Amino acid sequence: MPVDYLPILVMIAIVTAFAVIALTLSAMTGPRRPNPTKLSPYESGMPPFGSARRRFSIKYYLTAVLFILFDIEIIFFYPWAVLFRDLGWFGLSAMGTFMLVLLIGYVYVWRKGGFEWD
Amino acid sequence: MSTPLVLTYVGFFVMAAITLGGALMAVSARNLIRAALGLIIALIGIAGIYFVLEAEFVAVVQILVYVGAISILILFAVMLTRGLMKRDLPAQNAQWIAAAFISLAMFAALLYVALSTNWRAVETQVAGDLIPKLGTELMTTYLLPFEAVSLLLLAALVGAIVIARE
Repeated sequence: MPVDYLPILVMIAIVTAFAVIALTLSAMTGPRRPNPTKLSPYESGMPPFGSARRRFSIKYYLTAVLFILFDIEIIFFYPWAVLFRDLGWFGLSAMGTFMLVLLIGYVYVWRKGGFEWD
Repeated sequence: MSTPLVLTYVGFFVMAAITLGGALMAVSARNLIRAALGLIIALIGIAGIYFVLEAEFVAVVQILVYVGAISILILFAVMLTRGLMKRDLPAQNAQWIAAAFISLAMFAALLYVALSTNWRAVETQVAGDLIPKLGTELMTTYLLPFEAVSLLLLAALVGAIVIARE
């Protein structure tokens, strides 16, 4: 029932209103005396070096693809997880088989050095 | 307790507004990263529409796969491509007339289908929570396809490594 998700709609409304009010009020009432330190991305943080707009290493490609695959795996956990107790040992072994096949892939990635940077 | 109709309308229009706003941001932003952010907002709005339409599982999948994974892939594609990280890329190129024409034709076709289709309300309402039902089906009727999915994911994992090693 969509009505069950009404709290989410209410929360979106409250969050939006809070963000708009907080930003508007601080923009209207706060003093504005910028200096280079205040304008840096991380005040009191590490000094930034280089450009943020350079090209990123292609090695992230593998990270992204692996993330997506394991992310899709999680979707199949969801309908199973809500029934976890009712399904008992049968459900656990069914999911165990599913996991085992993916674990083979995980070990393969590991052995091929997919988790190493160099 | 069934949902009051007015609430469904409010939910739909809020989500449609978020989707449209995000989509407009995606096509109009000069900065590609901002355009990707607009796309993410649009995808979240679509997930909200799925929630309003009582397709909870599709909504969760939409958030996990599209908002979570596809948008990451798009951002990585932008960050990994030479020249795409420049500050102000031109938002248009010579193909914009053809693109506008194709988009308009697509919109007309979708509008025609939406208006000419005889949309019937579903007569039999599925009672109760749908996700446990889906889980039961997945673990009984569709157990074999479910296990086959793990093989598909395994093949994709191996494929990703093989492509990355080359």
